[in-house]
Amino acid sequence: MIIAEMKPIEEILDMIRSYQRILIVGCKGCVAVCSTGGPKEVSVLGSLLRIARKKEGRDIVIDEESLDRQCEPEFVDLAGDKVADADAVLSLACGAGVQMFAERFQDKVVLPGCNTTFLGVTEELGVWSERCAGCGNCILDKTAGLCPIARCSKQLLNGPCGGSMNGKCEISKDVDCVWQLIIDRLTRLNRLEMLEEIFPVKDWSPAGHGGPRKMVREDLKT
Amino acid sequence: MKEFEPKIIAFCCQYCAYAAADLAGSMRLKYAPNIRIVLVPCTGRIDVIHILRAVENGADGVLVAGCLEGGCHFVEGNFKAKNRVRYVKNLLGRIGIEEERVEMFNLSSAEGPRFAEIANEMTERIKTLGPSPLRRENSTEENI
Repeated sequence: MIIAEMKPIEEILDMIRSYQRILIVGCKGCVAVCSTGGPKEVSVLGSLLRIARKKEGRDIVIDEESLDRQCEPEFVDLAGDKVADADAVLSLACGAGVQMFAERFQDKVVLPGCNTTFLGVTEELGVWSERCAGCGNCILDKTAGLCPIARCSKQLLNGPCGGSMNGKCEISKDVDCVWQLIIDRLTRLNRLEMLEEIFPVKDWSPAGHGGPRKMVREDLKT
Repeated sequence: MKEFEPKIIAFCCQYCAYAAADLAGSMRLKYAPNIRIVLVPCTGRIDVIHILRAVENGADGVLVAGCLEGGCHFVEGNFKAKNRVRYVKNLLGRIGIEEERVEMFNLSSAEGPRFAEIANEMTERIKTLGPSPLRRENSTEENI
């Protein structure tokens, strides 16, 4: 899922400083699962902003809404009435959701309430970590299901490097060396010989280095 | 000038603090009348939004009273509450509301006198801090 974290409240307050009526829109997709931008977080942020503004003596009217997904126009359009009443929209979705909102409501100020951080998994309640860099050319079949692009600090394809110590990366004792994990897993799978295959230089063009990416499925288009 | 009388919302677990408040009553203990008790089935039920709503609606202080650590009827509800209270304190601090206005306490159902003590302690603390900044702005308004 896409992981995001709430922007610092000071930054959000600064963004909405000149508005008297805002609409906070959550998304029930990824950002709800990582407890950043779902209905509950919309209520919490709404309450916090009202408290902060009331304390300043400048009351604010805050409408709250949460959509099934903010990355699809059909769902975003459902917020039309509430958007019309607001001076600005504060979206708690990922960057994709914020932009879809801006696209659908061309003459409305749309602000991001979150920083979109990475594609990852839930390790445990309250802990998320990166697993995928969206590089556009998956090699997990060759690396025992563990991604060195997302999880090696140097994105090495033929690791580990000399900085791998006791299974940890040299950048921090809290970061596993993914190449150590790959070796351990291949050993368990009895497929260590896979490491003899040398990865050629990676083509980064599908990773976004060739410009913004787009996918078209002709069979699904209407 | 009339002395400031704080309004304090107390979220009390039914297995401990609420029973302790009951006991304090049965024991005819006198304690500050500023506490408004809200019965909850476990402090683990209290979410960040409940505490924020209390503050937003004009409470001068909020206390969450749960079981002694290790004694939660639902095993770890009071630990969840402890984390949430800490989280709310941080949020409030960052928007300029004194963190001390929100506090978590732990006690058992047998501790009626302790409940009275907590009520007095929290009332004194809030009296020292003064009215909630939200009420100071609208001092004539009774929000609760």
